[in-house]
Amino acid sequence: MINARVTVTLKNGVLDPQGKAIEGALGALGFDGIGHIRQGKVFDLQIETTDKDKAESDLKAMCEKLLANTVIENYTISLA
Amino acid sequence: MKSAVVQLPGLNRDRDMIAAITKISGKAPITIWQTETDIPDVDLIVIPGGFSYGDYLRCGAIAARMPVMQAIKAKADAGVKVLGVCNGFQILVEAGLLPGALMRNASLKFVCKEIKLEVVNAETDFTRAYTKGQIIRCPVAHHDGNYFADAETLKSIEGNGQVLFRYAEGTNPNGSLNDIAGLINARGNVLGMMPHPENLIEAAHGGADGRGLFASALEVIAA
Repeated sequence: MINARVTVTLKNGVLDPQGKAIEGALGALGFDGIGHIRQGKVFDLQIETTDKDKAESDLKAMCEKLLANTVIENYTISLA
Repeated sequence: MKSAVVQLPGLNRDRDMIAAITKISGKAPITIWQTETDIPDVDLIVIPGGFSYGDYLRCGAIAARMPVMQAIKAKADAGVKVLGVCNGFQILVEAGLLPGALMRNASLKFVCKEIKLEVVNAETDFTRAYTKGQIIRCPVAHHDGNYFADAETLKSIEGNGQVLFRYAEGTNPNGSLNDIAGLINARGNVLGMMPHPENLIEAAHGGADGRGLFASALEVIAA
């Protein structure tokens, strides 16, 4: 069993109004000097295999086909 | 002219769409369920609005990967007209039938109101009942209609005349790049748009500006 984490973030240059709103809210709470907040998504999953290479290539296919919209998002994969 | 309306869990504008098509063409569309992989011969397939699969992951992302979308893609490749409205537009971009992406509205708010649309290109199977530059009224109701595409894609769709509708007179409700409200594929048979023309087709709706789109696509004379 392999535990994996996929992190999906917005590409540079893609407007992130949610990140902006969070930035404003943090400012309102008194956290100064915070900038460039970008909201993303995290997927934790378990894969029933011991083959790390296969897990990695499967995860990449999952990201390309569903987990990320590669028009606007980047993804990173990490295996535990 | 035979037509079909797709029904998926969470879509809720299907009945409005069926009513509009039936009233304008005099012929009820058939309905297609999510698991169908064999779509009967039709000339127009419509994916209506709503919140397919609860908008989970990204709007339209799950629906775009259901078997029925493979069948719709095959029909589109064969030249059948496909119209996606609102969530239907989101599904078409997620499925890769149209370029770009639809993101959260810049205001972060759900918008439900009437906007104005400029008909940018009236020489398509979906817009011939209109004239170029015509301003029409149309309702919108969405949370994620903020059209985005990279600079290169944007240049190409603008250059090819693929933008059919733009939000006009400062009514862009969502922050869409270039005020894009409706977009057709390069071949000219797949249209996606955020506004709801099916909700402005008769006097009871307060106007019939949306009728021309169906009159064009269904090849009936605009009433």
